[in-house]
Amino acid sequence: MIAVENLSVVFNAGTPLERRALRGVSLALANGEFVCVIGSNGAGKSTLLGAIAGDVSAAAGRILVAGRDVTRQPAEARAQHVARVFQDPLAGSCGNLSIAENLALAAGRGSRRGFGNALRRERAEMLVTRIRELALGLEDRLDQPMGSLSGGQRQALSLVMATLAPSSVLLLDEHTAALDPRNADFVLDLTRMLAERFVLTVLMVTHSMRQALDLGTRTIMLHEGQILLDVSGEHRSKLSVEDLIDAFRKARGEELAEDRLLTS
Amino acid sequence: MSQIALVGAVELGLVYALVALGVYLSFRVLDFPDLTVDGSFPLGAAVAATMIVSGFDPWLATFVAIVAGALAGFATAFVSVRFGVLHLLASILTMIALFSVNLRIMGRPNVALLTQETVLTPFVGLGLDDLWVRPLFLAVIVLVALIGLAWFLRSETGLAMRATGANPRMARAQGVRVGAQVIAGVMLSNALVSLAGALFAQTNGFADVTSGVGTIVVGLAAVIVGETVMPSRRLWVALVSCIVGAVIYRLAVQLALSADFLGLQASDLNLATALLVLVALVLPKLRGRALGRTLGRRAGA
Ligand SMILES: Nc1ncnc2c1ncn2[C@@H]1O[C@H](COP(=O)(O)OP(=O)(O)OP(=O)(O)O)[C@@H](O)[C@H]1O
Ligand SMILES: [Mg+2]
Repeated sequence: MIAVENLSVVFNAGTPLERRALRGVSLALANGEFVCVIGSNGAGKSTLLGAIAGDVSAAAGRILVAGRDVTRQPAEARAQHVARVFQDPLAGSCGNLSIAENLALAAGRGSRRGFGNALRRERAEMLVTRIRELALGLEDRLDQPMGSLSGGQRQALSLVMATLAPSSVLLLDEHTAALDPRNADFVLDLTRMLAERFVLTVLMVTHSMRQALDLGTRTIMLHEGQILLDVSGEHRSKLSVEDLIDAFRKARGEELAEDRLLTS
Repeated sequence: MSQIALVGAVELGLVYALVALGVYLSFRVLDFPDLTVDGSFPLGAAVAATMIVSGFDPWLATFVAIVAGALAGFATAFVSVRFGVLHLLASILTMIALFSVNLRIMGRPNVALLTQETVLTPFVGLGLDDLWVRPLFLAVIVLVALIGLAWFLRSETGLAMRATGANPRMARAQGVRVGAQVIAGVMLSNALVSLAGALFAQTNGFADVTSGVGTIVVGLAAVIVGETVMPSRRLWVALVSCIVGAVIYRLAVQLALSADFLGLQASDLNLATALLVLVALVLPKLRGRALGRTLGRRAGA
């Protein structure tokens, strides 16, 4: 369970470049909920995920993860409960460590790291099993550096890495945006499969309205740092892509109207 | 080159192998260019020599030298991590400060160990040729350091340290306390270098405040020479290559110094080493650019 209560984030506070990226966002995710987040560029989607992960600090409000207030905790302390995959396939792994080492590092997320062999037998076997399931033939290349893989392969592995250790929430910030359509579909299918299998609680940012309605159990639209739309269940299943675009238009239209009022 | 000179070069190479392992840890593993070593090498020598002269057990003296080196590393890494001071600058500050500290410890610019017992004393006169006692003793110490370091870097904690240097953002997302890892790694690195200093003092019979000048460059040279002769991604090969690099480097220096026609003096060493490291740093870039040009031409054709 994670909850965001009245969260505000301000960048460059007190300077001419001040930017209020989130304005009192409240959001609660039940266990196993899969939420798609949409919104135009600059809406605050990445900021919301960053605030939950601990990369971005909150100006006001609270963040609760697994029942604990983590608002003041650094990212590395939250990692025990928060798993993530970055948009950039290079960001989520170490190119000069081997595939196996990257996986081992991720398998240790959330537990105390001691002085035992990171690639001890039973763990290595577990990793091979998980990689073989991908059917990418990577199980024979575990000793090779992560940097020798393609972006698509790396992103698929990042996703597997994020699910090696348990988490309260999995954050996916446009994790297929850097991939070609075929690889994007592969990673998306993998996302769906892993989410079902491990009953993950997911917060996924996407720019595809189609995905936002087809994938997961709930859709949220952010605009100007606020939640504009939050649908799930029956209401959501009746919604079409056109409806979403309409909602987008309306939000922007009101803004234009306001601008006109102010300037005229 | 005489046999004595040859064995002497190997011996010095083994001392600097510990420096190379330390530099490998800071530069390569942590991506933390650390000049503290120019101060922690003579620190180790100063602590060990002063304690031995004062009548302490040489093993205890060596141990205290290791701890002192770790503390020097802590000073640098803590300032850098906690206050965001650039790593290079933080390490220069510690290095400069250590110059005064080392003088304070010794009370004078140098301390001689003539008749005092050292860690080597028990091994002299065991029937082994005296010439070989020191290199063999050092080889064992280096081997222990190598095995220890390889074991550590393959452990969960060691892997977290390697990830910290390779991709700190990813490491943090995996729950690694990046700042603590940097501090621990730089402490370990300087502990190794300080151990090298303590052994240098005991094998050469003196400690001198100026003996640290250029330690970082020699360490880097050893790492780079090692990487050139034994290129590999495997962790333990990389560690062994540091040791091999340090020995090759000292042998090359000895060869250059004993080649009379070159007219080199011992004091030319720093210049020669700096040039060697520069060439080693620039060469891959030039090669890369030339390769880029060739590929560009091919693509254009
Ligand atoms: N580090 C930062 N410093 C200053 N301003 C920032 C920073 N990060 C984000 N912003 C600003 O905060 C607002 C929200 O940005 P955010 O990255 O959350 O948007 P987004 O919804 O993820 O957009 P996109 O679809 O382009 O990824 C934007 O106006 C952006 O310019
Ligand atoms: Mg974004």
